[in-house]
Amino acid sequence: MTKYTSVSIPLTLHKRLEKIIAKKTGFKSVSDYVTYVLREVVAMHELKDTPEPFTSTDLDEIKARLQALGYL
Amino acid sequence: MTNAPHGGKLVQIKQTAKDSPSLEGFKANQKLEVSRETATVVANIANGIFSPLEGFMGENDYLNVLEHMRLENDLPWTIPILLFGSHDHHFGAGDDLLLVDEAKNPVALMEYEGDFNISRQEYASKVFGTEDKAHPGVAKVFAGNERAISGKLKAVVKPEHGEYADYTLSPKETRILFSEKGWSTVVAFQTRNAPHINHEYLQKSALALVDGLFINPVLGKKKAGDFKDGVILSTYRAIMANYYPKSSVVMSVLHYEMQYAGPKEAIMHAIMRKNFGCTHIIIGRDHAGVGNFYGPYAAQEIFKEFPDIGITPLFFKEFYYCKRCAGIASEKTCPHGEEDKLSFSGTKLRKMFADGELPPKEFMRPEVSQAILKFDKPFVE
Ligand SMILES: [Zn+2]
Repeated sequence: MTKYTSVSIPLTLHKRLEKIIAKKTGFKSVSDYVTYVLREVVAMHELKDTPEPFTSTDLDEIKARLQALGYL
Repeated sequence: MTNAPHGGKLVQIKQTAKDSPSLEGFKANQKLEVSRETATVVANIANGIFSPLEGFMGENDYLNVLEHMRLENDLPWTIPILLFGSHDHHFGAGDDLLLVDEAKNPVALMEYEGDFNISRQEYASKVFGTEDKAHPGVAKVFAGNERAISGKLKAVVKPEHGEYADYTLSPKETRILFSEKGWSTVVAFQTRNAPHINHEYLQKSALALVDGLFINPVLGKKKAGDFKDGVILSTYRAIMANYYPKSSVVMSVLHYEMQYAGPKEAIMHAIMRKNFGCTHIIIGRDHAGVGNFYGPYAAQEIFKEFPDIGITPLFFKEFYYCKRCAGIASEKTCPHGEEDKLSFSGTKLRKMFADGELPPKEFMRPEVSQAILKFDKPFVE
């Protein structure tokens, strides 16, 4: 099950975030909001530098099949 | 470059011939018989459709999915992928287990990790949001086993898709297809239906925003009243040949058993299409729903919980033919009432086809209706 840890952020930032989530519905706490935003950022970083999951041999074989089937 | 797979790596389990010596010599108590549907899950894990899963979930992933809609590693995941087995097997950690089909043919070699019991009530209420056995997904859970066996797949026998083989593409293949087509943005359309005009408009509206459209009908066990697999494929072939440009639309089928889990299934549909390389997915009205179990747009709402899902959902209101607008419209574009909407219930439509009657062309392309009429029994009974 998910475990939690604390991350320190300046109290002033915490207060600004509290104001934002007070206006916006959907977030129960600053922690929820920060988790949401960080997941968005992390996913963006993870997307970069993902290699294509096939080799050049795969490429030739698969292109031949796709051509034979009329996809290409 | 197509979209990155879920978790960053497309899982590829080694394929093996069904008469390979590595699959021989297993005693009865080292074998586990699996249903056709479970064999389909095995194949989907093996070719990366369920990336990053490399096998059947253990208890930690299972509980995390139920409680948090995420795998233990924090990746979005909303429906457990479990291998159910009976209580009479006694495997030890690290043992190899041979999964066999109903005809005792080998399906896959799996390394046993452990097993655990699920609570059927908890599974039903957390995944389907109901314990009502009128829900087909709930009924299946209550009819099934409660012991789940976890483990990684080590090798799989390449599945045979018979008459659908030429329409079945793996994620590796669709990724190469999309990139050869020169598409960098691709929208997926999930369907278990023959195309109506409203589906066509939905797809074409989405296509206007991206490079390519990937139509990905689901073939496999469905509920009574749904179209049979052959009908879905044949009607899509008819509409694509007549109304879709080859340069921007492709279709391949997905072998998958619908769960009818509404919003939670919409997330799984998105993850699978992300693994095929799609950057976008169409989420319309009552996506993956059944009866009145889910709100009409609940499957759109749930995406708000997943800023990191890595595929962009495109939300649409339902399209329909409006008699007063004299064209295809949606709640968003048309001010008219229900009485102006051209609509047919599933029951009415089934009766029309049974009587050999064609629905109006404003509802369904004649080529599609004709393709349905070619089948004696187009619906699952
Ligand atoms: Zn109207």
